[in-house]
Amino acid sequence: MSEAEGDQPMGWRADVFSVLKRHDVRHVAYVPDAGHAAAIEMAVADPDINAVALTTEEEGIGYLAGAWLGGERGALLMQSSGVGNCINMLALPNAGRFPLLMAVTMRGDWAEFNPWQNPMGQATEKALNMMGVLTWRADRAEDVEPLLHGAASMAFNGDCACAVLLGQRLIGEKQWVKK
Amino acid sequence: MGEEMNGLDRRDAVARLLARRSLDLLVVTGLGSPAYDVMAAGDDDRNFYLWGAMGGAAMVGLGLAKAQPQKSVLVVTGDAEAMMGLGAFATIAVQKPANLTIAVLDNGHYGETGMQASHTGMGIELDRVAASMGFAWTESISDLSGVDALHNRLAAREGVGLAVLKIRAENPPRVLPPRDGAHLKNRFRAALGFPVS
Repeated sequence: MSEAEGDQPMGWRADVFSVLKRHDVRHVAYVPDAGHAAAIEMAVADPDINAVALTTEEEGIGYLAGAWLGGERGALLMQSSGVGNCINMLALPNAGRFPLLMAVTMRGDWAEFNPWQNPMGQATEKALNMMGVLTWRADRAEDVEPLLHGAASMAFNGDCACAVLLGQRLIGEKQWVKK
Repeated sequence: MGEEMNGLDRRDAVARLLARRSLDLLVVTGLGSPAYDVMAAGDDDRNFYLWGAMGGAAMVGLGLAKAQPQKSVLVVTGDAEAMMGLGAFATIAVQKPANLTIAVLDNGHYGETGMQASHTGMGIELDRVAASMGFAWTESISDLSGVDALHNRLAAREGVGLAVLKIRAENPPRVLPPRDGAHLKNRFRAALGFPVS
């Protein structure tokens, strides 16, 4: 479990979903991550949202392009390790100038216990940028809402691929051993 | 018919599948030969051709089917394209979109790259894979009467389905669709009445 945020247990976690709702997102595709647990739970519970569990993150790139062809907006929730799975599929939003909104929880970023997370975590933002995805980093709770709002605006109004990286300092240090 | 002994002619099969096409039919193709087959059957604003993103065609079809539940969505792709995104079959089976049909043109080979044997050519049966995952219906088609029955089934929207069309391993002359993805996207959305930014 990630650490809770003291007296505001939901905080930025609820902000993620409220920004998606405000931008009329109708499809939330995801590979689960603890940092996205609240948004996923809210998406699954919302009758106006198609919540789509993916077997691998790249499925979400195709899914959201298809939803956009059908006139609807969506977002992809995933962990940084999944960015590597998406690389070739990112040719689709790039070549078609499809809107793409991604919220990426970081691993291998800060206070990481598992060194196998570090290679992809350290390459996440560069890999996204190399494939034409615009990126923003949120390391403080108060930055999540405005950065995700800005990314959604540029995705849906400007047909851009946009990702907000939710830093490991924001999410909190993973407790591997119960104290 | 004698020539069907070694599989369907892919151009004949796709042309029959898309004949007398309804305005309510939306088509997504995988890259390579299936895109050329659909183009050869007649270009349409309601076609979205992938020129890359291998393994992604079925998921584009799923997103479209979920956003447009009152229309029929047909994905036409090749066996190796489908195999590269096999996890998508599980995602689709869980979502159960009643209006989505996946037609896999299966020649057991990588036709675009020199006819190397593919997994289906070495024994994997995609219709059985899809059936085991819970698709509402699956079938393997090896004659034109089966293609005609599939054509009639597209309009029914009676549950997510997958049909494997056993085609001959050959490369007819390429009939190239437009390659500009933004153009393909914009004309598709315009055909459905959505704004193009």
